[in-house]
Amino acid sequence: MDSSGAQASGTFDADRRNASWWVDRVVQALVFTGGVSAIVLIIGIFVFITGHGFGFITDHMDVGEFFTSPKWRPTSDNNPTYGALALIAGTASVTGLAMLVAVPFSLGAAIFIAEFAKGKTREVLKVLVELLAAIPSVVWGFIGLSIMNPLIIETFDVPVGLNVLNAGVILGLMAAPIMTTIAEDALKAVPEGFREAAEALGATRWQVIFKVVLPAARNGLVAAVLLGVGRGFGETMAVLMASGHSINLPTSPFDSVRALTATIAAELGETAAGSEHYQALFTLGILLFGVTFVINLTADLFIRGRRKP
Amino acid sequence: MFESTALNDKNRRVEKLWRLLFCAMTVMLVVPVLLILGVLVVKGGPAISMDFLFTDPTDGMTAGGVFPALIGTVWLVAVALLLSVPLGVAAALYLSEYAPDNLLTRIINLAIINLAGVPSIVHALFGVGAFVIFFQFGTSILAASLTLAVMTLPVVIVATRESMQSVPHAFREACWNMGATRWQTIRHVVLPNSISGILTGVILEVSRTAGETAPIMFTGAALFLPYLPQSVWDQTMAMSLHLFVVATQVPGVPEHLPFGVALVLISMVLAMNAVSIGFRMYLRGKKKW
Amino acid sequence: MPPTSDTPLAAGADADAARAQAPSSSQAPDKVVVQDLTVRYGDKVVLDKASFEIREHEIFGIIGPANSGKTSFLRALNRMDDFTEGMTVEGRVSLDGRDVRAWRNVYALRRRIGVVFPLPVGLPMTIYDNVALAPRLGGERNKRELDRIVEHCLQRAALWDEVKDRLDSLGSLLSGGQQQRLTIARALSQKPDLLLLDEFSIAVDPVTTMRIEDVLKELKHEITIVLVTNLVQQARRLADRTAFFLNGECVEVAPTEDLFTGPIKDQRTRDYVEGRFG
Repeated sequence: MDSSGAQASGTFDADRRNASWWVDRVVQALVFTGGVSAIVLIIGIFVFITGHGFGFITDHMDVGEFFTSPKWRPTSDNNPTYGALALIAGTASVTGLAMLVAVPFSLGAAIFIAEFAKGKTREVLKVLVELLAAIPSVVWGFIGLSIMNPLIIETFDVPVGLNVLNAGVILGLMAAPIMTTIAEDALKAVPEGFREAAEALGATRWQVIFKVVLPAARNGLVAAVLLGVGRGFGETMAVLMASGHSINLPTSPFDSVRALTATIAAELGETAAGSEHYQALFTLGILLFGVTFVINLTADLFIRGRRKP
Repeated sequence: MFESTALNDKNRRVEKLWRLLFCAMTVMLVVPVLLILGVLVVKGGPAISMDFLFTDPTDGMTAGGVFPALIGTVWLVAVALLLSVPLGVAAALYLSEYAPDNLLTRIINLAIINLAGVPSIVHALFGVGAFVIFFQFGTSILAASLTLAVMTLPVVIVATRESMQSVPHAFREACWNMGATRWQTIRHVVLPNSISGILTGVILEVSRTAGETAPIMFTGAALFLPYLPQSVWDQTMAMSLHLFVVATQVPGVPEHLPFGVALVLISMVLAMNAVSIGFRMYLRGKKKW
Repeated sequence: MPPTSDTPLAAGADADAARAQAPSSSQAPDKVVVQDLTVRYGDKVVLDKASFEIREHEIFGIIGPANSGKTSFLRALNRMDDFTEGMTVEGRVSLDGRDVRAWRNVYALRRRIGVVFPLPVGLPMTIYDNVALAPRLGGERNKRELDRIVEHCLQRAALWDEVKDRLDSLGSLLSGGQQQRLTIARALSQKPDLLLLDEFSIAVDPVTTMRIEDVLKELKHEITIVLVTNLVQQARRLADRTAFFLNGECVEVAPTEDLFTGPIKDQRTRDYVEGRFG
């Protein structure tokens, strides 16, 4: 090896941190800020919502009443009450019915698209599902209001068509494309070798699907359902317009209900910033944020579980 | 021999049955939507005309057109894009090109997933608390667009990241080996080959943004305004909220009017989506490697 | 490699050239010195305490079966570990007497080292842009100078005649053999003073391989070449000295002919070159 004295100074001239080097550093810092912004925003959402709802939780909220009383009467002059049970029941019943509708159909559709459909059919179906996902929620609400409503009144001979059934079906149709897409991804992620191995053993197509593909894709399918639930749970405009928006503990699918999300949307405009009612609406927001956060986190764990092996 | 054939026949019949069932489920999912679109076209079609698109609502919103709402939606979407596209592309660049596989990156990914999963009405609450009140933007296009931008940020990030990661790693290594910096590699190899995928994602975001209602209700969209917005500090009407208003808040609206509004809104949104899908298919057919 | 042989190689090459021409004994000065180099991916050691020298203006062969650490050495030499998750390097590699880790601008280091991969990588841009990219990144804007570099490098890589009429077509859509020569032209366009070739003939037909080998024989008068190959005979045809790597160990470094017929230190070397394993 040469002694250090032989190191040519010319070599070091080439080793300057030139403009390109600095530009790269600056860009790296900028895009890093962009990446971190996602964290800042999600924390920001949490901070601002709890910040505005916190006063209610500490000063006015009766936890027992909040979760067990169906009396949501924030505008009562002498004695406003904040029982969210009916709202929770409304959200739960609508989301539940939506899942009843959407889960079998989206999983069925995902299986058909991933395992049976080929070529053009497959392409067309995928595009249709994608377009289905693109319809804005206010349009869905309008469909519930103007098409489903008279349809339900006529078919079931009930006085009001804006109810759990209406909102549930609408919500089911809204959540279905998401679930279909994620479930199909999960099915497609099952290695082709699994299928071939099972077929080589003489299994028929549907045996392969039920005994091999579905179990292998289980985590992804659970994640798909969870994300569908999250979507239905958080949906606002469609539920506001199609559920009837009246406070009720539903006993049948033909009862009108009111959802957590819809309550915020309907009442926030009529409250004074900082008032008790206003803070109570933000408290509902905290609840929504918390639940969807948990759902998303769980779904992510399931998807990760699928990727690991 | 005979028995095994019978078994095969039975198997084939069972398989056909399953196939039929799954196919029926898929059809049941798709057909109602086509029916609904059909009804919208039939009932809303007669309302649509040049006048409808280019005049103001009149007679307490029971007649006239949707012009201010259309312009308002363009404002909201444009400002939201200006805010979210640079931020989203930066975030995607970081995640795709720079981020090491560490805890911070995992947290960023989780944050993005949650940002996409938070209900739109919670985004609205955030918009009110942060932009309208805390930053004192008031109810304005700026506040509403910021709220929309935060909400649709994950769409840009995910689409951009996917499109960048579809550029083979070997191209990056080749560039690095030539002494290109990461940024030079991104500029000369990654971006030129993912820009169309990024555009596809942006178009998709436009369609999402245009249809959102809840996030703008309390942050900048007005039920009715007799004038067009002049700056980002003004409130504005918007197509999505206008549909909600004429469908639920205004008494005595003739039936064809809300159908017309819905048809215009959904045409905008679906057209954007169709462009995005078509663009993607065109790109898939045009391989550069 | 300079466009014309009388211009300096790179900003820092004058001294190198001076040293190269200095009347030393029969032995040329060291270009690369490797001391106790250990490379890991995660916990897996892929190269274990390798030590050897590469001399100026020689073709230095590295042979050995797959997974013996050959490519890892090349990646450590131009500090790819900086950009590679989980890759760690210990020990010392120095270029012209200076530890590569001491370079503050890793990009300037890499610009002096041209690399050709086993699988050809034509970048998805025009053939012209492929070859003009490195000079452009280096700040060259003059169109005529770029034209000259492109033609010169493509000619050196024995590709010019085939593509001179379609320089605007995509480099990534050329045939495998053409892409490999394009990769070589691109490596030359950096004006490197060290050229690393990693099993370049895998994706190339025999005729093209021969043409590239001829090019290398000429190039070694100007630059130093490290030739990683799994073809023992290719090393024998081209390399002045050759190292034998096995399972992450640098088993032997010797004048190439010695590996085949001369005195050796380790019987495994002879077994490998005579095809008894690997």
